[in-house]
Amino acid sequence: MFLTIPLTLSLFFFPLWQITLEAPQYPGGITMYIWINQITGDTEFTLQNINILNHYIGMKYIEPDSIPELKYFPIVIGGLAVLELIAVIIQRRWFYFGIGVLVFAMCLLGLYDFYLWEYDYGHNLDENAPIKIPGMVYQPPLIGSKMLLNFNAISLPAIGGYLFMLANLFGFLSFILYPLSKKK
Amino acid sequence: MKHLLKVVSVAIVAAGFLTACKGGGEKKNAPVITGANSAAEAAYVAPGELDEFYGFISGGFSGQLSVYGIPSGRLFRVVPVFSVDPEKAYGFNEETKPMLNTSHGFIPWDDAHHPELSQTAGEVDGRWCFINGNNTPRVARIDLSIFETTEILELPNSGGNHSSPFTTENTEYIVAGTRFAVPIPQKDIPINIAKGNFKGALSFVKADVPGEMDIAFQILMPGFDYDLAHSGKGKSHGWTFFTTYNTEEAHTLKEVNSSQNDKDFIAAVNWKLAEKYLAEGKAKDMPANYAHNYYDEETHIATTTMKKSVKVLDPADCPGMVYFMPCPKSPHGIDVDPTGSYIVGAGKLSADLTVHSFDKMIAAIDGKLFDGDAYGIPILQFDAVNAGMVSSGGLGPLHTEFDGRGNAYTSFFISSEVVKWKLETWEVVDRVPCYYSIGHLMIPGGDSKKPWGKYLVGLNKITKDRYLPTGPELCHSAQLFDISGEKMKLILDFPTIGEPHYAQGAHRDVIAPNSKKIFKLEENKHPYVCKTEKDARVERDGKDVHIYMTMIRSHFAPDNIEGVKVGDRVYFHVTNLEQDWDTPHGLSMLGAQTSELLIMPGQTETFIWEPKNEGVFPFYCTDFCSALHQEMQGYVRVSAAGSSTELAWGLGD
Repeated sequence: MFLTIPLTLSLFFFPLWQITLEAPQYPGGITMYIWINQITGDTEFTLQNINILNHYIGMKYIEPDSIPELKYFPIVIGGLAVLELIAVIIQRRWFYFGIGVLVFAMCLLGLYDFYLWEYDYGHNLDENAPIKIPGMVYQPPLIGSKMLLNFNAISLPAIGGYLFMLANLFGFLSFILYPLSKKK
Repeated sequence: MKHLLKVVSVAIVAAGFLTACKGGGEKKNAPVITGANSAAEAAYVAPGELDEFYGFISGGFSGQLSVYGIPSGRLFRVVPVFSVDPEKAYGFNEETKPMLNTSHGFIPWDDAHHPELSQTAGEVDGRWCFINGNNTPRVARIDLSIFETTEILELPNSGGNHSSPFTTENTEYIVAGTRFAVPIPQKDIPINIAKGNFKGALSFVKADVPGEMDIAFQILMPGFDYDLAHSGKGKSHGWTFFTTYNTEEAHTLKEVNSSQNDKDFIAAVNWKLAEKYLAEGKAKDMPANYAHNYYDEETHIATTTMKKSVKVLDPADCPGMVYFMPCPKSPHGIDVDPTGSYIVGAGKLSADLTVHSFDKMIAAIDGKLFDGDAYGIPILQFDAVNAGMVSSGGLGPLHTEFDGRGNAYTSFFISSEVVKWKLETWEVVDRVPCYYSIGHLMIPGGDSKKPWGKYLVGLNKITKDRYLPTGPELCHSAQLFDISGEKMKLILDFPTIGEPHYAQGAHRDVIAPNSKKIFKLEENKHPYVCKTEKDARVERDGKDVHIYMTMIRSHFAPDNIEGVKVGDRVYFHVTNLEQDWDTPHGLSMLGAQTSELLIMPGQTETFIWEPKNEGVFPFYCTDFCSALHQEMQGYVRVSAAGSSTELAWGLGD
C-alpha cells in the first residue's frame, strides 16, 4: 500500500494526459501535456502555437488561468495521498477498499470533466471564424485518435496517468492480498 | 532514294559519334564511376533525408556565403555578408545598415573570398564561419547558430585583404594580410617609386569573443603581395605561414614583372613571440581609422564603432618574429598537414609542389642557416627547410587539403585536375580531371587536425558547356568527388552562386544541433519592440511617425493607420510575435524606397517610408505564412502636409 503514495504524488512531477496533433507539416507532431496543475507542451511555446492554429476554426484560447480544475486538482491529489498515508498507518482492509472506490469515482468524474472541456472547446466556436465547415466540430477524442481537418488528434494518458494507474493497481493488490500479509 | 537517305543518315550519326569520342566527350565521361547509377547513388540524398555535411562556399563577387548540403549539392541558404540583400533586408533595414559601414562610408558590396570555420584544439567546432572581404579590407563573423553575419571588422593599413581569415588552432586569431602593397601610412606619392616605399601589413585579429573582434597587432612587412595563409597546428601551433608573390615589387605589368623571380617567399610568423614583443611594449600605436560593426542578437541591432589606432610591430625591432622560406614561382596556397609537420606551398606557375618541414625550419633557425635577408628579415636556406618536392606531372598547383589518412589533394588550375599524393613519400597516386580549370578545393575539415576525408569539392573557374547555356554569363560549377577509396571518383556537378573562391565543410553533427529555431520574444531588447498586440501603437514625434507594429498569423496590429502626412518619416518597427519554428512574416509598403522586411519569430526590424502623395496605401505580408496569408494586409492613409487628420490606428474595429 505504501507504494501508492509516491506513485500518486508523481502527478506533481509528471503530466496526467497528453493530446498530440499530427500533420505532415508538423514533423514529430505538436504535443500538449495536461498536468493536475498546469498545461505544457513539447516546447515552451506549444500552447501559443496550438492557440494560433485553433483560432482559424474559432476555437477558444486555451488559457490555463481560466481552468479552475488546475487549481483544485492538486488539493484533491494531495488529499488522496494523505488518505493513502492513513491507510498505510492503520492497515485496515475496509479502508483500502474505500480508497479504491473513491479513486474509481474520481477517475470517472475526471474523465467526464475532461470530456466536458473537450466538448466545450470543440463545439463552442466563434461564429466569425475564418474557416467554417458546416457540421464540423473539433472535439478531440477522450482516448484514442480522430481526424480533425488536417490534424490527427491523439489523446492518451501521459506518464503521470500511467503511474497513477499503477498506484491504484498496487492499492487493489493490497486489498486482494491483504489476507496473505496478515497470515505472516 | 529512301535507301540512300538511310545510308547518309547512318553515316552522319556515325560521324557525330566519332567526333564526340575524339573531342570533349571522351574526356568528359572517362572519370565518372562506371555506370551512371553508382555515381548517382553516391551523391543521392533521398527526399526527407539529410546531407551528411555542410559546405560553406564563398560567393566571391556576390559578396555572400552560400551554404550547401554535401553530398547532394543542394543549396540551403545564402548568407549575406558584405553585400546588401533585399531578400533578407540585409543592409536595407535600419538594424543591419551599420554592418556595412567602413571608414569610407556605407559600402553595399565586397568580394568575399575565403570562408574559414572556427576551430578548437585544431578541430572544426561549428561555432562560427569567418570570411574576408578583399576589396575594402574587412573580415566578418557569421554565427552558425543563426547563419547570419554578426560582426565585421575593417582592416587599416591594408590594400586588399586576401590572405585571410585563416584561423589559429583555437581561434585565438584569424589573420589578414594585404594582397596589394600600399604606402603605410597612406600618402600621396608617385606609383613608380612603389619598390621599397610600399608596405604590406599582416594583421592578427582577436576573434574568440563575439562582439570583441579587434586587431591585436599588425606586423609591418616589405611591400610584397601576401596571397594566402594557414596557421600551424600541433607542434607548429604558434606559427602562421603566408605566401607571397611579387617579391620583385613591380608596380606595373605585373603579370610579367611579378613573375621574374625564380623563388618567392613563404613568410613564417611566430605569433607567440609577437605576443611577447607586444607585451613588452615593442609595438607602436599607429593612428588609424577603421570600423567595427557588431550585430547584437538581443537588441537585433548592429552598431558601428570607429577605432582610431592600431598596434604595429616592426620585424626590425622584433628579432626572430618573422622568417622567409623560399618557394618557387609565385605561390598561391599554403597548407599545413593535419599533424602540423609539413607546410605545402603551391607555386602557381610551376609544375611541382614545395613541401617544407616545420622541424627542419626550426633547426634552420636555430642553426642560423640563412641565405641573406630581405629588408632585414632572414631568408632560410631552401635546402635546409625543404622536406620534399611533389613532381606532380601537372601544371599550376593552387591549393592542397588533406584526408587525415596520409594523403594530400592538390588542385591544378592550368592542367585542370586534382592530384592525390602521399605525404612523406611525395609520390603521386591518383589524378582526376576537372571541368574546367579548378581553383580551390575542399575536403570537410580538410585544413584541420581532423579531416572528414570522405568527399572533395572542386571549385571550378570555367563552366562552358557543363550546363544548359544562360547567355554569356554562366554559373560557376562545383564538382564533388568521392575520395573514400583509392581512386577519386567524380559523382556530381552542381552550380554555385557568384564566383566561389574557397570553401569549408563540416559534419552536420558539429553544426545542426546548435541551430536556433526562433528568437525568444521575452529576450528581445530592441528599443522599439512591441511584445503584445495591446501595446501596438503609433506615436508622432514632429515629422517622425513611429509605428510599433506586431505580426502574427494572420494579421498585423494595427492594420489600419490614419493621420500620416506627406513629408513625414514613417518608421515601421515591426515585431514578429510568433514563437514557432519556420514562421517568418514579411512586410512591404507601397512606395517605400527600400526592400521588404523579413522578420524571424521573436525579432524586430525597422524600415522607413516617406510618403510623397496623399492617398491610401496598402502594405502586406510578403512571406506566405499561413492559409490566410493573402489576408495579412493593411492600409495607411496619407493626408496633406498641413492636414488636421488625427493620428489613429486600429485592428478589427
